[in-house]
Amino acid sequence: MIRLDGVGQVFDGREGSITALEKIDLHVRAGEFVTLIGRSGCGKSTLLRLIAGLLSPTSGTVKVAGKPVTGPSPDVAFMFQRPALLAWRSVLSNVLLPVELDRTIRDRTAYKNRAHELLELVGLQGFERRLPHELSGGMQQRVSLCRSLIRDPQVMLMDEPFSALDALTRTELSEELQRIKMELSTTIVFVTHSIDEAVVLADRAVVLSPRPGRLRDVVEIDIPRPRSLGQNSHLADVARISARLHALLSDKTPPVAERLVDEVWPR
Amino acid sequence: MTKRSWWTESRASAVLLPITGLIAVIGLWWLATIVFAVPEFLVPSPGDVLVRFSQDPVMLLQNAGVSLLETIQGFLLSIVVGVPIALLIVRSAILERLVYPLLLMVNAIPKVAIAPLLVVWMGFGQGPKVLMVLLMCFFPIVISTAQGMKSTPVELVELLRSLNASRTQEFFKLRIWHAMPQIFTGLKVAISLAVIGSVIGEFVGATQGLGYLIQTSGATADTALAFAAITLLSIMSIILFYGLVLLEHLLLPWAQESR
Repeated sequence: MIRLDGVGQVFDGREGSITALEKIDLHVRAGEFVTLIGRSGCGKSTLLRLIAGLLSPTSGTVKVAGKPVTGPSPDVAFMFQRPALLAWRSVLSNVLLPVELDRTIRDRTAYKNRAHELLELVGLQGFERRLPHELSGGMQQRVSLCRSLIRDPQVMLMDEPFSALDALTRTELSEELQRIKMELSTTIVFVTHSIDEAVVLADRAVVLSPRPGRLRDVVEIDIPRPRSLGQNSHLADVARISARLHALLSDKTPPVAERLVDEVWPR
Repeated sequence: MTKRSWWTESRASAVLLPITGLIAVIGLWWLATIVFAVPEFLVPSPGDVLVRFSQDPVMLLQNAGVSLLETIQGFLLSIVVGVPIALLIVRSAILERLVYPLLLMVNAIPKVAIAPLLVVWMGFGQGPKVLMVLLMCFFPIVISTAQGMKSTPVELVELLRSLNASRTQEFFKLRIWHAMPQIFTGLKVAISLAVIGSVIGEFVGATQGLGYLIQTSGATADTALAFAAITLLSIMSIILFYGLVLLEHLLLPWAQESR
């Protein structure tokens, strides 16, 4: 679904150029849930913007659904760290914004019904006419989720969408996202710097190392779904994978924590 | 939110407190004119002003009407001119560099100095008065609108880019809306300036309006009439200001959150 070949990104700053990403090769299969994890400054947001068509790569190629990315497309939805809702619009009209901006769409009633469905899916029925400031942070991010789903995208790109929320809301929303993902089978690329989030959500976690951003490793997460952090029968797996991610993220080589865990819980 | 009693929060206090302040000032004024035995042609007492008003209420109100009309016309005109200029400034950096110094220059000119020129160019009618109002208040409108549109959060701009929105859509669906609270701040500054503008315009070559009345009453030492006209001007200014506040409340319920 998403294919990156030898992708590099160089930004020209005032004090010379900065290499944000270098030689990234990545293939995300259709319907897969991939998290990009790394420290700040490792270029994970840049990578996401390249896939979204908000940036074009300095080198290499980015393809979505077999076609080279030339700009934003309705098939690829982007969700931001903050809800990015328009304060003057009601919840419903915020969700319908992508439809409204596309002048080629004739039949809007179908989308309106879809908007109501989506709001119901995230438990916001009855809030359609409310203004964003009347909602809590978690609810706002749910509206933002509905907005990115309104055009039924093949790919969802999420840039640390839950990082501004409190821990409880965060857990709640990641469970909800898994549920929605199972229902819609959208391909998701999810940027995070939280190991927990990566382990709970992803089929594969792509670990990036900083300065310049490079692909350090890809970790398969084969814990059965639905997953949660609380009452979970796969704590051993969670601990093993968390430790491995932790080791990859810290610069220490060889990854000591990983070796230790492998001894305690052999794979 | 510490130590705020129900009284400061209540709606009654919002009306009663300003009125109390006003009455206190008027009382002091009255007291001063009596205690120091100030002659009426220097500083009339509030009573003298009220009596003077009741002698010619229709004439005074008619002149107030003339000033009000000029003020509103000029004010609306400055919105019609100012907002598109702000839009162009935000849209093009070249245009901003080209136009901005000119705007600053025009704004820096003392308006009183060009009032006689406007009469020379445009005659004795309402035209130069409305233009004077426009000159007074279009600058704060341009600045606040431009500033508001420029301060649109990057993430919202990026959102619209990710949705393939055109530049025009970016302006009309996002930037102008985001700028609304700041535009209103500019409008509130401008409306008081608009009233001042109409008076300045009427000081030169006018045959009616409150500014004209103040000007002529000076010549005849009818100070009470001048005070009555000034009072009407203040009332007009206050009503216009609060009219804008009310309009903002009605039009921008979403912007109240950040108060």
